[in-house]
Amino acid sequence: MQMTIEKLNEIQERNKELVALRKLIAEQASEMLEHSQYRKQILVCGGTGCTSSGSKKVIDALEAEIKEKNLTDVLVVKTGCFGLCALGPVVIVYPEGAFYSQTTVEGAKRIIDEHIIGGKICKDLLYPETVCENGEILPLNATRFYKKQMRIALKNCGVIDPENIEEYIALDGYKALHKVLTSMSQDEVIETMLASGLRGRGGAGFPTGKKWAFAKASKGDIKYVCCNADEGDPGAFMDRSILEGDPHAIIEAMAIAAYTIGAHEGYIYVRAEYPIAVDRLKIAIAQANEYGLLGKDIFGTGFDFNLEIRLGAGAFVCGEETALMTSIEGKRGEPRPRPPFPAVKGLFGKPTVLNNVETYANVAQIILKGADWYSSIGTETSKGTKVFALGGKITNVGLVEVPMGTTLREIIEEIGGGIPDGKKFKAAQTGGPSGGCIPACHIDTPIDYESLSRIGSMMGSGGLIIMDETTCMVDIAKFYLEFTCEESCGKCSPCRIGTRRLLQLLEKITAGKGTMEDLDKIEELSSHMKVSCLCALGQTASNPVVSTLKYFREEYLAHIVDKTCPAKKCKALLKYRIVSDKCKGCTLCARNCPVKAIKGTVKQPHVIDGDKCIRCGVCMSNCKFGAIIKD
Amino acid sequence: MDNENRPVFRGTPKQERELKKVIEKHKNQPGGLMPTLQEAQGIYGYLPYEVQKMIAEGLGVPLSEVYGVATFYSQFSLTPKGEHRISVCLGTACYVKGADKILAAIEERLGIKTGECTPDGLFSIESCRCLGACGLAPVMTVDGEVYGKCTPESAVKVIESYLSKEV
Amino acid sequence: MKKMIHLKINNIPVTVPEGTTILQAAKTANIEIPSLCYLKDVNCIGACRVCVVEIVGRRGLVASCVYPVEEGMEVLTNTPLVRSSRKTTIELILSTHHKKCLSCVRGNNCELQKLAYDYAIDEDRFKGEEPIYKIDDSAPYVVRDNNKCIQCLRCVSTCDKVQTVGAIGQIRRGFDVHVGSPFEIGLGATSCVGCGQCIVSCPVGALYERSNIDEIWDAISDPKKKVVFFTAPSIAATLGECFGMPVGTNVENKMVQAIKMLGDVSVFNMNVTADLTIMEEANELLERLKSDKPLPMFTSCCPGWIKFCEHNYPELLPNLSTCKSPQGMFGALLKSYYCQKNNIDPKDLYVVSVIPCTAKKFETSRPELSNAGIPDVDVAITTRELSRMIKGAGIAFKDLEGAEFDNPFAIASGAGALFGATGGVMEAALRTAACLIDGTNEKLEFMDVRGTSGIKEATYRIAGTEVNVCVASGLGNARKVIEMIQSGEKNYLFVEIMACPGGCVNGGGQPVQSDSVRNYSELKAKRASVLYHADKEGELRLSHENPVMTMLYDEYFEAPGKAKAHSLLHTHYTPRNKF
Repeated sequence: MQMTIEKLNEIQERNKELVALRKLIAEQASEMLEHSQYRKQILVCGGTGCTSSGSKKVIDALEAEIKEKNLTDVLVVKTGCFGLCALGPVVIVYPEGAFYSQTTVEGAKRIIDEHIIGGKICKDLLYPETVCENGEILPLNATRFYKKQMRIALKNCGVIDPENIEEYIALDGYKALHKVLTSMSQDEVIETMLASGLRGRGGAGFPTGKKWAFAKASKGDIKYVCCNADEGDPGAFMDRSILEGDPHAIIEAMAIAAYTIGAHEGYIYVRAEYPIAVDRLKIAIAQANEYGLLGKDIFGTGFDFNLEIRLGAGAFVCGEETALMTSIEGKRGEPRPRPPFPAVKGLFGKPTVLNNVETYANVAQIILKGADWYSSIGTETSKGTKVFALGGKITNVGLVEVPMGTTLREIIEEIGGGIPDGKKFKAAQTGGPSGGCIPACHIDTPIDYESLSRIGSMMGSGGLIIMDETTCMVDIAKFYLEFTCEESCGKCSPCRIGTRRLLQLLEKITAGKGTMEDLDKIEELSSHMKVSCLCALGQTASNPVVSTLKYFREEYLAHIVDKTCPAKKCKALLKYRIVSDKCKGCTLCARNCPVKAIKGTVKQPHVIDGDKCIRCGVCMSNCKFGAIIKD
Repeated sequence: MDNENRPVFRGTPKQERELKKVIEKHKNQPGGLMPTLQEAQGIYGYLPYEVQKMIAEGLGVPLSEVYGVATFYSQFSLTPKGEHRISVCLGTACYVKGADKILAAIEERLGIKTGECTPDGLFSIESCRCLGACGLAPVMTVDGEVYGKCTPESAVKVIESYLSKEV
Repeated sequence: MKKMIHLKINNIPVTVPEGTTILQAAKTANIEIPSLCYLKDVNCIGACRVCVVEIVGRRGLVASCVYPVEEGMEVLTNTPLVRSSRKTTIELILSTHHKKCLSCVRGNNCELQKLAYDYAIDEDRFKGEEPIYKIDDSAPYVVRDNNKCIQCLRCVSTCDKVQTVGAIGQIRRGFDVHVGSPFEIGLGATSCVGCGQCIVSCPVGALYERSNIDEIWDAISDPKKKVVFFTAPSIAATLGECFGMPVGTNVENKMVQAIKMLGDVSVFNMNVTADLTIMEEANELLERLKSDKPLPMFTSCCPGWIKFCEHNYPELLPNLSTCKSPQGMFGALLKSYYCQKNNIDPKDLYVVSVIPCTAKKFETSRPELSNAGIPDVDVAITTRELSRMIKGAGIAFKDLEGAEFDNPFAIASGAGALFGATGGVMEAALRTAACLIDGTNEKLEFMDVRGTSGIKEATYRIAGTEVNVCVASGLGNARKVIEMIQSGEKNYLFVEIMACPGGCVNGGGQPVQSDSVRNYSELKAKRASVLYHADKEGELRLSHENPVMTMLYDEYFEAPGKAKAHSLLHTHYTPRNKF
């Protein structure tokens, strides 16, 4: 179909109210609903988090119930991620904006019976924080989790049905592409991007406008735009959520980028571990083609743009831009030296622009709302917002988007709801295996590119892992090194061998065999890899080691000098001991010990033979008197 | 893997026809090797010598290159997987919540290591890097079904439930 | 004219054309930046990180082998940071390397060992887990020892990009990455053509020929055996390098004398069968023109090319000249004519060919090149192996006065000598053709087919018609030529193909020259100049004027292509699997 602005407007009008009310609540929304064919809308999160906790069963139950009760005026919408993954499956009912968390199949039935039919919200099923003492229901935006958030990249996530292009269009979708194609020159787009201050959200923070300008300036008959959706940082899922919740935002932005640099073909490189995101993308691309928003002569302007999906196959290094392009070319995903930069010689040797998902998610809105609007958000050098995947030892595990400059404390204590089980915050890790840890003393650091790198971490792609006092920092450094070691492509010698040697030194330390000389070697190897490796994977591989060594040196020393692990994590350094006062001599521990390391006679205090003990912890978990402790 | 120790190839004519179609589809596509390998693994479950050879011949790529790509990416497998594929997430969020202990418990229960398959071909264990279900950490999957908020005990129970289904 | 770039390297002003790398630019300031993975025309991937340098104003270090110069750039190649980085990198590489230098074939010219010395490294500082690999000796010509491999990938690049054979590649990733054949099936089971170019590009001892030296010593000391050697044209041009003589020294007479000093052996000149090849091949070409046999005709002297064709272009086998290679012809000649004439039982004649080539080791094992189970050539050894025998025998090679080849196979034409360089077979054939067909021997030098470029074309007027010929060296170039022929883009009558870039002077069995020689000088051209010089200086420059030819045809073969010649000097080929 040939898309025109008239048709686009018509689709928008047709769907506008249906979608708009999901951003409102109560009276306004009810009013809006009067014109609608639907009396109630039930939104269920269909993101990976909620799907994993059973949202599909909830949707099936809701739909079965609706069918059975013949409720033709109730709409069930499967959306993308709401953000509060720990509370999934998440269900929200409009116009009330009632936010049900951890919904079960039974709960779904009650929602239909009591809430939809009976008109009475099931308050006991709601997210507790949204229920006030006086029984009033708070809108989601008023909860601690959402209050300080600002949603730009995630604007449509949890709002629209990502498998329905018309809902995207209803919220100004593809308007930016129309604007660019019909009223802006390539240079004007670049100017806007530059003025907005948008920087790459993949981690390095390179100004997006500059990247586009370089690629535009490169001569070439064929150029490419690529999207990096190979979200490799373990514990990060921002890009996945955007693709699952708002795939058209990426397609539209890539088309804008293509127009700007003069490309007609694009590739989205997605991790194969993201089946839902891939499915939604496929549907979105097919719909965009059907609606004439991809393909030939878009909006009748003569601009052609085709988009293809390529799946990764399990290689973290393919998140590096040159490796990603090598992988799209069907080869071993090894990075290439730069220069030449991709803007000059990229995919298949042609000028190429590569941005990550979250970067693209900002583009259409910058075009529509203007560079001034965007640059008014954030800090001096870092504009806009940043999405973080908040995980680890934190109450509200989930997806958050905050303006640049928000402090770590705000994210952890307010949005994240603090550390569970009354434990103490120890450190946060940003940037995943390439980043560093931020200790408690820097918790008030505003989050922007420069501040984070100043304290030895980095913005990274948005993984934010919270650690408490039970996390051993040497062990966590070892964990990251294991990761990079396994994911090193092996092309350059400092990374191929350096990561392995670094890991071996850390293993030695956590096994209680480390020496002070090993610490020197760790420092030497770390700084060697930083300057000598071919790509960012190797250059940053030592960051988790360097930063933990910087802030938690005493923990390393405890492992090396005292042969103890303060967090009681490193098995080889643990000692299980029976407190003789508490031991009743029940012999349960001795009978359960797999290596017969516990000696003692009935009704007499038992003793653990430290040389035989393999530190499996079975005795401790079996003791009914709390007589066994580890130190 | 030594040439002599390669498992016997039991491909069917139907699988071969499907593979030929896949090869035809990607033959003239730039960078078609990766998608071909992915779809071939979908057909056969793994990428044995015979399959890679057909791909090399079909796409006109040296076998050494096909094999190089197949051994570079961790999702390609050269050996058959178990009937039930267990995957434990070792992403950071799961790791700080004790995913290593879950993996160890499953390895102990089945008597195999990660990357191996039980002698009866019933189970294979893999580890993966972040399924994105960090909210449910620690997480494992069996045949794609996600099991969240695991403990070593609950994980072993899940495995046993599959075992009892088999008997 | 390329734009010139001005920069400073260690404060020395340098001006070089745009696109030059820092490593190349540094050489103009007399600075040789060390490297391991970089090899001119072969491998340029910036992977080993030994060639790192600092650029003022830029964070970190860059690999000078891939980094192009920029206007106003200031490069520092010898700062504390650079030195310590190189040292640590070399120490890391050595921590995974089997340091068996005493028994290593490259013990005296290993590039890694040299760097370890230059940077005074401590080999134990980063000691740790070392990968252990099985040695691949499944092929009769090349042995691969991954325990010594340093992942520079020069061999892979040679095999895959230069030769387009792709018998070996990278396997797995990270610390486990290694070079090998697919599914580790062993080189012998792959489509490896045995060219040995991987050996001469390896900086360490991870690749070497399967040595046959011991068998030869056994034969020499066996009183029942009569041992004869014959040496290929290019050996005289390169053997001196093994004894520290400058590249481009002709050591023919020293070589002959040295071999004679190994024991009671005869030494023959393989250029004789090069002349014989011209006789037979020229005749075959004329016959093809008269009949409906397929054209163009391809030369068949190079066993690497033959095996490549068998694996990759079985449809072209009818286009290959049926002539055996000069080695094959010589073997057949010795085990028939020579034995009969001298009353030797072919079983007791032990034939050693000295060749610049590892593929010829494979050729000796071909059943087509044997008679009643007795191989025509018993063993083929490389230039390197010959030098080890000479050294092992304690011969002061450089001081030898020299000796002549033994009769009856001593005299050969200059045309035969040219076989050792790319274009040489073509030139020898063109000389004879011009002379025999047009009756003129004024034109002896065919400059269009000379030089080291990979593909050379020429058109000559012979017998009143324009004849297109093509010369390719390096199998990647051969592939290009074949594709052009098959697509109909080009039309040739006669095509010469040599598997090794530059021809036999740069063969896989030739002395290994380090990267500093290969990167900064024209090794192939210097070696080839020995052959062209010998041809020019010699009196006999036409194959068919060689009196040995007259003798052979008069006494034995009657005429080219006749029954006896056909059965002894010609062969056939077998299609092989692509992988």
